[in-house]
Amino acid sequence: MNIHEYQAKEVLKSFGVKIQEGIVADTPEQALEAAKKLNAETGTSWYVLKAQIHAGGRGKGTVKETGSRGVVLAKSQEQVAEIAKDILGGTLVTIQTGEEGKKVKKILVAQDVYYPGDSKPKEYYLSILLDRATGGNVIMASIEGGMDIEEVAEHSPEKIIKEWIDPQLGIQGYQARKVAFKLGLEGNAFKEMVKFIISLYNAYDSIDASQIEINPVLKTSDDQILAVDAKVNLDDNALYRNKKLAALRDLDEEDPLEVEAGESGLNYVKLDGNVGCMVNGAGLAMATMDMIKLSGGEPANFLDVGGGANAQTVEAGFRIILKDPKVKAILINVFGGIVRCDRIASGVVEAYKSIGDIAIPIIVRLQGTNAEEGAKIIDESGLKVTSAITLKEAAEKVQQVLQGINK
Amino acid sequence: MSVLINNSSKVIVQGFTGNEGSFHAQQMIEYGTNVVGGVTPGKGGSTHLGKPVFNTVEDAISSTGANTSIIFVPPAFAADAILEAADAGIKVIIAITEGIPVKDMMKVKPYVKKKGATLIGPNCPGVITPGQAKVGIMPGFVFRSGRVGVVSKSGTLTYEAADQISKAGLGVSTAIGIGGDPIIGTSTKEAVQLLMEDPETDAIVMIGEIGGNYEAEAAKWIKENGNKKPVVGFIAGQTAPPGRRMGHAGAIVGGKDDTAEAKMRIMRENGIYVAETPAEIGEVMAKALGVDA
Repeated sequence: MNIHEYQAKEVLKSFGVKIQEGIVADTPEQALEAAKKLNAETGTSWYVLKAQIHAGGRGKGTVKETGSRGVVLAKSQEQVAEIAKDILGGTLVTIQTGEEGKKVKKILVAQDVYYPGDSKPKEYYLSILLDRATGGNVIMASIEGGMDIEEVAEHSPEKIIKEWIDPQLGIQGYQARKVAFKLGLEGNAFKEMVKFIISLYNAYDSIDASQIEINPVLKTSDDQILAVDAKVNLDDNALYRNKKLAALRDLDEEDPLEVEAGESGLNYVKLDGNVGCMVNGAGLAMATMDMIKLSGGEPANFLDVGGGANAQTVEAGFRIILKDPKVKAILINVFGGIVRCDRIASGVVEAYKSIGDIAIPIIVRLQGTNAEEGAKIIDESGLKVTSAITLKEAAEKVQQVLQGINK
Repeated sequence: MSVLINNSSKVIVQGFTGNEGSFHAQQMIEYGTNVVGGVTPGKGGSTHLGKPVFNTVEDAISSTGANTSIIFVPPAFAADAILEAADAGIKVIIAITEGIPVKDMMKVKPYVKKKGATLIGPNCPGVITPGQAKVGIMPGFVFRSGRVGVVSKSGTLTYEAADQISKAGLGVSTAIGIGGDPIIGTSTKEAVQLLMEDPETDAIVMIGEIGGNYEAEAAKWIKENGNKKPVVGFIAGQTAPPGRRMGHAGAIVGGKDDTAEAKMRIMRENGIYVAETPAEIGEVMAKALGVDA
């Protein structure tokens, strides 16, 4: 699960991680109030306004309706209200949102932390994530803060510092010092960075995060170390024991079809293609998507109906796939193990009839227990449904159907 | 010989009296697996499915001599169940449970290793040695006994492969479902290694997914080990977009080497026969072994 920047910063602050202070606002009026309050609390007279959406690239992104950027510096309180008006309620398009963009419902009014002083402000990159290869956690840091870290990793991998943390021991002081030294810090900034890294790891560990990325981490002109942005991903499987964090979920940031599927116990991911598919098992579902591609189509979705496929789950799956207007054909691929194929076939027929007229061709491939009985039920149903038993046969039928559509 | 389990395995079921546990224990017993009892804390002393129920794994071992355990305990308690099994001295622990927090598995995995036990899973279909024992949730009839070993991250794709292997006139020695989570007890390489060393396995099918480096690691090991047996590989997720999780907690394209294309390339470079589509797994295996499908 992802959370917003303002939520992530609040969570991290509660673990002692120093952050760029800010107040979230829903309206331009609230934004102005927030600016006044920040001025009183931090003394800042410049403010950074940041659109709160679950996507990166906000600073370079554009609000469709007004042309405003997603992150803007306001040099007075009057400007805060004006800029907030241009961002709130608008649709922000960034390299990560796709063309349709994302509605901005909240804006974070943050203190300006790039003020001049004894030294120059400097940005760093810091993240903590699961390292699958070692089964532990790894801290990644770089002096190339504010940059796309994947690009840094590709072009100058020597600039990425890695420190592996044993999950049993947790982070040790020497490890945080190693990272801070390698970042070239000294004096008070060094001490602050060590504290920052240790608090960040403790937060990561306590909240069952799967990844925390702070880009940039800022050394201010007076040698403080602050999180200017914060991206926190949480382990969905651990939300049951982190109820306060689970409550931070913002359903508006998720695809409505994916939310609906989740409510029916289905695992659905929307994609861009023209052939919908419904499969039991995640691996077979991915393999089915691949097969659609090899047959000349493009998968419209990933949909795993899970182990206990039945008439209800099949119907829910149908309804979700059919809501996607790009879908021109549907492939159902079920390997009936403990669930019998004839039962699934009856479920498909029932679901089909309960939905009414489905205008697009459907191919049902059932293999496993009672596969032939299943195919017979499909073939004799009189519906616009084609049956298949082997995977190869299913692929060929998808190809035939697609050729028919493309003619 | 087969690997991990055979007809002399003495199996207990943790989470024995729950819905899932009961259903699959019954299926395993019907298959002929030597299920010697089960564990449900608080229900010790009773009988379920004609087998004794114990409060602890320790009690189950001292009464039955169990050496293998299958776990159906809900995710919040599954790590505890695995640790209990390892601590009591179970040697093969098969965790079916889906949805265990990653942080729990980080603690469990090194402990199980330290105890000298083998953990398969979690979030896996289990292990089957056809005709001898099924310690898992797979449909037993799909697996015909033979000499092809199977290692897979995915449940239904394993059944698919086993079915195609049968249709190619071959059969399975042992199929190991290693699971699709980011942290699993036995890696692809470790499972392949078991089958490479098994005298009753002539060839191996290795089914992977996007995400992680297990398949690449296994492929490199296979070559270093001298490609002693033909290996057929398949990777699901060629069409999965980066950054989106595809069902399994571990199935997500992260870095450059996580993609299906990269994994298939690495497999080819290391002398593995790659099936381009899941429909070809059986045929490619038959070709690799020089038999007519």
